[in-house]
Amino acid sequence: MIPEIGHFALILALVVALIQGSLPMLGAARGKRGWMRVAEPAALLQLLLVLIAFLALMQAYIVSDFTVWNVVENSHSAKPLLYKISGVWGNHEGSMLLWVLILTLYGAAVALFGGNLPERLRARVLGVQAWISTGFIAFCLFTSNPFARVTPPPLDGNDLNPLLQDPGLAFHPPLLYLGYVGLSMAFSFAVAALIEGRVDAAWGRWVRPWTLLAWCFLTGGIALGSWWAYYELGWGGWWFWDPVENVSLMPWLLGTALLHSAVVVEKREALKAWTILLAILAFGFSLLGTFIVRSGLLSSVHAFASDPTRGVFILILLGLAVGGALLLFAVRAPKLQAQGLFAPISREAGLLLNNLLLGTAAATVFVGTLYPLLLEAMGGGKVSVGPPYFNLTFVPLFLPLVLAMGAGPLLNWKRADLAGVLGRLKLALIAAIAVGLGAWILSDGGPVMACLAFGLAAWLLLATLIELAERISLFRAPLTESLRRAGRLPRAHYGMSLAHAGLAIAIFGITASSAWKQEEVRLMRPGETLTLAGYAYRFEGVERLQGPNYRSDMASFTVTRDGDYVATLTPEKRLYPVQNAPTTEAAIHTTGLADLYAVIGDPQDPQDRAGAWTVRLYHEPLVPWMWAGALIMILGGLVSLSDRRLRVGMPARRRKSLPAGAAEA
Amino acid sequence: MRLAAALALLLLAGLSAWGPALAVEPEEMLDDPELEARARDISKDVRCVVCQNESIDSSNAGIARDLRILIRERLQTGDSDREVFDFLTARYGDFVLLKPPVRPATYLLWFGPAAVLILGGLGLAVFLLRRRRPAAQSGVPELTPEERGRLAKLLKERRE
Amino acid sequence: MSEATPRTMKILIRVLFIVPLLIFAGTLGYLYFGLDPQRDPRAVPSALLDKPAPDFELPAVPGLQTPGLSRGDLEGGGPVLLNVFASWCVPCRAEHPLLSELVESRGVTLYGIDYKDKAEDAVAWLEELGNPYAAIGHDDSGRAGIEWGITGVPETFVIDGDGTIRYRHAGPLTRQLIEEELLPVLEQLR
Repeated sequence: MIPEIGHFALILALVVALIQGSLPMLGAARGKRGWMRVAEPAALLQLLLVLIAFLALMQAYIVSDFTVWNVVENSHSAKPLLYKISGVWGNHEGSMLLWVLILTLYGAAVALFGGNLPERLRARVLGVQAWISTGFIAFCLFTSNPFARVTPPPLDGNDLNPLLQDPGLAFHPPLLYLGYVGLSMAFSFAVAALIEGRVDAAWGRWVRPWTLLAWCFLTGGIALGSWWAYYELGWGGWWFWDPVENVSLMPWLLGTALLHSAVVVEKREALKAWTILLAILAFGFSLLGTFIVRSGLLSSVHAFASDPTRGVFILILLGLAVGGALLLFAVRAPKLQAQGLFAPISREAGLLLNNLLLGTAAATVFVGTLYPLLLEAMGGGKVSVGPPYFNLTFVPLFLPLVLAMGAGPLLNWKRADLAGVLGRLKLALIAAIAVGLGAWILSDGGPVMACLAFGLAAWLLLATLIELAERISLFRAPLTESLRRAGRLPRAHYGMSLAHAGLAIAIFGITASSAWKQEEVRLMRPGETLTLAGYAYRFEGVERLQGPNYRSDMASFTVTRDGDYVATLTPEKRLYPVQNAPTTEAAIHTTGLADLYAVIGDPQDPQDRAGAWTVRLYHEPLVPWMWAGALIMILGGLVSLSDRRLRVGMPARRRKSLPAGAAEA
Repeated sequence: MRLAAALALLLLAGLSAWGPALAVEPEEMLDDPELEARARDISKDVRCVVCQNESIDSSNAGIARDLRILIRERLQTGDSDREVFDFLTARYGDFVLLKPPVRPATYLLWFGPAAVLILGGLGLAVFLLRRRRPAAQSGVPELTPEERGRLAKLLKERRE
Repeated sequence: MSEATPRTMKILIRVLFIVPLLIFAGTLGYLYFGLDPQRDPRAVPSALLDKPAPDFELPAVPGLQTPGLSRGDLEGGGPVLLNVFASWCVPCRAEHPLLSELVESRGVTLYGIDYKDKAEDAVAWLEELGNPYAAIGHDDSGRAGIEWGITGVPETFVIDGDGTIRYRHAGPLTRQLIEEELLPVLEQLR
């Protein structure tokens, strides 16, 4: 009964979405307030209905209702509760429902907190949101119904793939979707603005917090996925340039570009058409990612071969949403009047350079990811595009970007003095060269690219700190004055500094682990010791353990440095009998400067468990900095989001003092 | 395949067999560290043909293992890296290379990003120069020397 | 930058704003191509098509009367079929009767490579299902498989009288495939 309630709620949600997508739009066009006012309650009702559907599915998972096909396929009664819950989105149908839930969540957020938006714009934004959710609810209902029943019900389920039974991966999809789908807000604002035919500073101010929120989630989602790959796949890698990863990177790059260009719209009323285009494309790439992953276009044929309608359906949705928006863009955008003028050397120009480089980076990932398909479509045979390609094309784009990032925040709006800025950053410049040279000497002439990246990361970090210090006149004014200034500095500014510094720290980690990772693969007998990067690993042996739904071979290593105890590492190799699937559980000890990473393989002779085992040890320098850097970036986003100027529910009194059109005056 | 399969599984309900048994095994490895390092480098650029976007260095597929051993044997008989790659492409085509060769069919792949950057850069330059011009024509009067002096003083005060 | 009249400039800008739509339309078009259900994204094209068959020499499967196989056996006669199989491969079992039928009713010469298989398993498998192969090479190490550029079993090749590879199919043969692709190729080479 409960699954049917969920199914019915989803059907009702579709009806509500249709109403929300039509009435307020017509109302906005004809100036009928009553029709426009339908949007908010409809958005809330839509959320409620989709939530009912989602909870109904979750209930089926929690009680292991094996009359529901989706539960049979992806769950098992012996699975821990956490993974019963995360199993809801560990499959195509359930994750699509989560996608829709998050979409309606954002719609409801506009309805609740968008009180400061002009009535017409709000109605149109919610209308566009409803178009998107109409498409995706229909997709769920017609091609991917999670509530389908199975008769007769089997005794138990097929279990969730054990690789996915992991806390990191349990929360990876929700975060990623909050990011992907969050970009739909920017898209809806862009389309609504195109329909209105007006983009002004206020528009920039409204669209930025939503983009920022989505960006924080997307950053978190990507970092979490990367972290999961790092500790779960058991070979110390954290990024593989796999199509599935690439499609999450593209919206991130464009979303980052959008954040920066929206600043120009807000502050200077320039780059309007460009910002609109970025907003359309950022969400377009999210949809493209959804399409690629779910159509099996690049990877497995499975999902697709089983139901060819799915791929076509999402492609049509993609075509309607992005094609429609771009058509509207082609017609309306040329009329958008830019206001602010600026010199070729200015903050605006710097942000444009940022956009150019981020846009090119996204284009590079796009071309690399889809080129095999393109070539095949043109009859040019099959090629593979792997990590070596991206290392050669994508990475060099980031070097000038980081260089520009250091100086950008010191440039003045309208017209800036580049020589002066570089003069103020003399210290950072010297330190960067020192760090780069130091890395080169210490690594014995290690990869030049890595030393360069180290120098650039140092440059970015110091330049960011110098900029912040200058803002509050640190060391130039009395400390009390500096503190007073620090208190007055907008939170958005701290957010920017944090995000930039976070990236610098992450670059240290990315570079070090790519260039200076050390690895040992050996057969070891219990009692043997292996030394890697100054740490001695003594292999103590392997014991057999029994987990709730798996059995495990757990090895034990005692790690010492110069005779002093450092850590005990216990990597595991598990077997999940229901799916007959093995997993590796790497053991990681972090010193803050490096990760000591151990993996246990197979015994040399399966009969002789006391004999030699295949052991993999990795020394991963600065990897913790990568995760720390990502966290600092997210923190920067959140701090910026808490700035009252950007606060999602900007208080109504501010609206009075700053009416929508004020900035145009 | 491991990663692709895992992520694909995560996002769409497909099932495929894979296991995280891990890549290069100790018994495959060469005693000569220099040759072994070369073998590892080559392996990282060779696609496991039955996997999805995974190099033979990190794949646990049987054929990946065969190829790893074959590469090591060829290196031991004195093949250059080039010769090893040529041997593989003669049998499996360009598909086996994770770094596609530069040939007319891949010009767009290799030079596309640079073209985007250069065209975008040119567009940006034109845009910036055009944006500046109306400012000069807009008839905003130049600052007088006294005004300049006052401005400099104000800016100086602000910075302190 | 040449001095453009405001009018042409306006048109130029208009055109510029249509570019994203055009690029998107093109992308959509080839994404649609990618959805062709006939297309297998995992299929690997053979680099050996229309090239001479690779050099190899394989011993007979121990315990089997059928002789071993080398490059020289493929040449000289009419077109021949080479099938790579293994007893552990499930689809091989499915295509086996089709191969036997080809040999019996069409008089096709069929050679086999037993890929990474235990000799006794292969012997038992062939005893159970019958042995349509004129010669079978035992590829214990899988090295001959690499020479042939195979990505899995089963795979089937057609080699013409000059020893040139004319056709290749990765995966099990089906009746439809035999009728529509394999037989026409053989017919043409006769």
